[in-house]
Amino acid sequence: MANTEEMTLEEREKTLGGIGSARKRKEDVRFIQGKGNYVDDIKLPGEVFGDFVRSPYAHARVTSIDTEAATAVPGVIAVLTADDLKPLNLHWMPTLAGDSQAVLADEKVHFQNQEVAFVIGEDRYAVSDGVQAVEVDYEELPVLVDPRKSLDDDAPILREDAKDKSEVGQGPRQHPNHIFTWDVGDKAATDQAFADAAVTVKEEIFYQRVHPCPLEPSGCVASMDKVKGELTLYGTFQAPHVIRTVVSLISGLPEHKIRVISPDIGGGFGSKVGAYPGYVCAVVGSIVLGRPVKWVESRIDNLSTTAFARDYRMTGELAADDQGKITGLRVHVLADHGAFNAHAQPSKWPAGLFSIVTGSYDIPAAHVSVDGVYTNKAPGGVAYRCSFRVTEASYLIERMVDVLAQKVEVDKAEIRLRNFITPEQFPYTSCLGWDYDSGDYPTALKKALDAVGYDALRQEQAEKRARGELMGIGVVTFTEIVGAGPMRNCDILGLGMFDSCEIRVHPTGSVIARLGTKSQGQGHETTFAQIIASELGIPSDDITIEEGDTDTAPYGLGTYGSRSTPVAGAAAAQAARQLRAKAHKIAAHMLEVGPDDLEWEVDRFKVKGLPEKQATMKEIAFAAYANVPDGMEPGLEAVNYYDPPNFTFPFGAYVCVVDVDPETGEVKVRRFYALDDCGTRINPMVIEGQVHGGLTEAFAIALGQELTFDEIGNIQGASLMDYFLPTAVETPVWETDYTVTPSPHHPIGAKGVGESPNVGGVSAFSNAVVDAFAHLGVTHMPMPHTAWRVWQTCRDLGLSG
Amino acid sequence: MSKVQITMTVNGQAVEGQVEPRCLLIHFLREQLSLTGPHIGCETSHCGACTVDLDGMSVKSCTVFAVQADGAEVLTVEGMAEAGGTLSAIQEGFMQEHGLQCGFCTPGMITRAYRLLQENHDPSDEEIRSGISGNLCRCTGYQNIVKAVRYAADKINAPREAAE
Amino acid sequence: MIPGPFEYHQPGTVDEAVALLGQYGDAGQMIAGGHSLIPMMKLRLAVPEHLIDLRRVDGLTGIKEEGGALVIGAMTTQHELIGSSLLAEKCPILRETAEVIADPQVRYCGTLGGNVANGDPGNDMPAVMQCLGAAYLLQGPNGARNVAARDFYEAAYFTARADDEILTAVRIPTPPAGHGFAYEKLKRKVGDYATAAAAVVLSLENGACVSASIALTNVGSTPLYAEAAGQALVGTACGDEAVGEAVRLAREITEPADDMRGPADYRTHVAGVMVARAVARAAGQ
Repeated sequence: MANTEEMTLEEREKTLGGIGSARKRKEDVRFIQGKGNYVDDIKLPGEVFGDFVRSPYAHARVTSIDTEAATAVPGVIAVLTADDLKPLNLHWMPTLAGDSQAVLADEKVHFQNQEVAFVIGEDRYAVSDGVQAVEVDYEELPVLVDPRKSLDDDAPILREDAKDKSEVGQGPRQHPNHIFTWDVGDKAATDQAFADAAVTVKEEIFYQRVHPCPLEPSGCVASMDKVKGELTLYGTFQAPHVIRTVVSLISGLPEHKIRVISPDIGGGFGSKVGAYPGYVCAVVGSIVLGRPVKWVESRIDNLSTTAFARDYRMTGELAADDQGKITGLRVHVLADHGAFNAHAQPSKWPAGLFSIVTGSYDIPAAHVSVDGVYTNKAPGGVAYRCSFRVTEASYLIERMVDVLAQKVEVDKAEIRLRNFITPEQFPYTSCLGWDYDSGDYPTALKKALDAVGYDALRQEQAEKRARGELMGIGVVTFTEIVGAGPMRNCDILGLGMFDSCEIRVHPTGSVIARLGTKSQGQGHETTFAQIIASELGIPSDDITIEEGDTDTAPYGLGTYGSRSTPVAGAAAAQAARQLRAKAHKIAAHMLEVGPDDLEWEVDRFKVKGLPEKQATMKEIAFAAYANVPDGMEPGLEAVNYYDPPNFTFPFGAYVCVVDVDPETGEVKVRRFYALDDCGTRINPMVIEGQVHGGLTEAFAIALGQELTFDEIGNIQGASLMDYFLPTAVETPVWETDYTVTPSPHHPIGAKGVGESPNVGGVSAFSNAVVDAFAHLGVTHMPMPHTAWRVWQTCRDLGLSG
Repeated sequence: MSKVQITMTVNGQAVEGQVEPRCLLIHFLREQLSLTGPHIGCETSHCGACTVDLDGMSVKSCTVFAVQADGAEVLTVEGMAEAGGTLSAIQEGFMQEHGLQCGFCTPGMITRAYRLLQENHDPSDEEIRSGISGNLCRCTGYQNIVKAVRYAADKINAPREAAE
Repeated sequence: MIPGPFEYHQPGTVDEAVALLGQYGDAGQMIAGGHSLIPMMKLRLAVPEHLIDLRRVDGLTGIKEEGGALVIGAMTTQHELIGSSLLAEKCPILRETAEVIADPQVRYCGTLGGNVANGDPGNDMPAVMQCLGAAYLLQGPNGARNVAARDFYEAAYFTARADDEILTAVRIPTPPAGHGFAYEKLKRKVGDYATAAAAVVLSLENGACVSASIALTNVGSTPLYAEAAGQALVGTACGDEAVGEAVRLAREITEPADDMRGPADYRTHVAGVMVARAVARAAGQ
């Protein structure tokens, strides 16, 4: 621990490594030595392995399952089917969206690779042989993969289990394959705006189905101690406490007898939030066998059955005057949720936070309606750095603004400046009901345009166009909504979306703090230590941060949707402030002065006018256990459960420059400049890393990722042979920049940043590609902008072939 | 299926084991030798998370049978640190330049960077990118990984350059 | 993810390997670098009961020049091809091609023999071998024979090699000094098979093309030797009109699959673009 006695003020601040410090990460030291502890690294005594028999068909009845040959395979211990789970009522499980999902296929399968049986054996080799040996008979049924046909009168009924239900958790529905209709906004005012408008534009915008594909697949180790009646469940859980509560509710085991531990997680990006059949089967297997059961999926399992992202077919419309000032926005969405609605959302929001779709713009009237439907595909929809459908919303509005710009022949940056919510309008309530906390969009955009030399780029583009060359400039000014969220309107299965931090200071002045969130690479062990360091005056090097063990961490709703800094970070600041308030009183007692005689400086209290009379936090920590004022409890510990008063609204301005080869359709990203405003910046190095990573995912989505299905429901591209994960060679170089507009309601003014680059990035790439063809009358091109799709546009325009 | 006896040197230590011929090297390392540094990220040999150094070559250990590595010298990330536990220049570079976030690709990436710098002591950024193109990362966008390898190359070359 | 069980054999000579192939027939499979076969075994698309590893077989390595030909042992890895100064000097298209095969790790293990022998239409070396007029040395129970690369490929995964023959070496007539060459490969990313690729080797004398060979990768169920396309360049200065004709003739022979790299018409189009770019580069050298 640092000895701050002899240091200058600057040195003490540096030693603190608090908010604003680009300090190196504390978690790195184990990862760079191969000493991370991921789920598949866990090996408990007696541990066995389990894996699934999966359906090759997308829609079929399961007429028989013969496990005899499988159980005879050397090393196979047991084979579970739905019939084995029925007595425990675990063959179905509730989803986060109020629907239910089959754990093991109950008489029929609904999507390709759906789980049919679970084979448990001594090791993964025996289990693999066992899986091969299970014989399943199927009777194929007509397949539905086009959501536009889900509501047809003659559409095959997918969810026979729900066909008589008028609701499946999200309000009334109109058809057996319909899940919900959700709408928001003033329809009459919007219709009026369109009727009165000088200019209207309309575009069909499909955001394709993709998958977060973290490098570590999902998995768990379930270990039931039959003597104590206690279950320990390790797993790839972004929300360990929620998993504990869900497991308790579905298994009947009381929560105090369940310990859920998320160890190190190799990336989540939203795909490790919900519960998967593998978790349930491993738990059941462990309870039945009395041995730990490990399940780890394969990559193909991961891409074809765990939480996909997007698959939103959107119709966007803008009404405007002839100068491009928007007077109305209308959006309809057809949402393909797959075969079970396992949408990971705050429960009252079936389309997540899509109503942020007015974006950075001051739009007087808007109406949004969303219809969710079933198809023969895997369940999911909310994942992949989406902030609960914010990626879809931002893509829609940023594309539509470009469409409008082309219609009224106004420059794409200029039209944004004309429509921005101005700084004077904050705090701003959007016409769809959001109270934006703070923002300065014109400053961000102007800074971005200056940095890239926008006017010169447009000049260059004009010259290239005259020569028949294709160059595109994508400008995006996104506002997103994160930090779910206020308990009055945000809950997961009824649990309010608060978060928590508990801090304990040891007598010799170091600290342990635990939070209800769970990092999967975002650097919480470092950044939360930095928050506490600044608030408490103890160096971040001396603060241990723990997350993920539900036996010790206070209850939280986990990490996704960039909520950790806005919610748990606030709890950390509040808890630290409670401790500093107590420390203040202890210091006064130690120095024999009144509390008002003291002032705080970095890491100590000093007597005003007598600075040599001081008490450092280290001294106060010891005193808390040795010498407290009369009537005060000893110890130095605080916990805060933080219910955020509002969401936070990070924003940004991105510019992307592309060159397109008309002969091959290849898109080369020449330059990408990203300016992000996430309010107070806790660790600039970590922020930059998050932006790099999010932009790389956005690049992959915009230029290559898609999961498609043939007409009988075979999923295409569900392995890394085809699913586009760029290497270091394809990935562009990222330029990052920032402005700082703190959140007025957050204790340290921070907003969160993880999702932003995916929200803004995809639109920037897509806008750039379409802009390359804008002079030829192209208003929209569907993603992903693979070389063959872009070439088809070139060919259709007579530029090639 | 009857098992086969194999021996090899892993991170400088002689080891032996009994494996089915079909046992993949990655499973032998992770499960029999408890070296859980190299990871499994796919089953189609694309991601590189399982990369080890085998007889002086960067190899995806998920695409080699343990029996094929009989008699080989294998280096994993656990063997990267110098004697006495000092971190190697590459490991230091990853930490200094924020070349990792979730850490899952990191062992394979570091092990590959080690061989890359043996192949080419002073790679350009482009050569680094091409050199690590067999290792996928979902968190960092590679930019800081390139800086990490650059840091390591500069640190390793400094005494070399000073001597020249 | 887990292969089926098999017995593992490590023959020390070609004759032993051939004998094992004969003994086990359909139940046996050779493994060279393993980076095509093992992924298929892990998905249980290939389930050999006997694996015959060629890594310890004598005489399958080495790169040398003899009698006006470059002779490369079948177990030579892509990494070794790239590092060979002999090949860099005498036949640089091999290094250029190897550098766009897969990724660095795969190149340490993947072999020339494996790449040319397994009949996967996505492999890059077969077209290059056809372009170079190479021959494959096959050894079986009845002795050795040569088969020209241009005659070797019958259909996807079907070649002229009998099940009990081993491809032991590749023999490439040394191209003339100063020849022009290029391998142009369009791919979605490093590690991908070609959307389309073209191999070109040509020679110019006094600005006129005196010989030209063009072959195409992954736009048919086999590599495609574009004989007419190459002929169209001979006697010309490889200008726009001649190249245009070569492109037209090359496209005519393509029959690509529709897959996630693109529909067939796109891949045919791109094949032509690759031919044009490869010729431009080769002629410019």
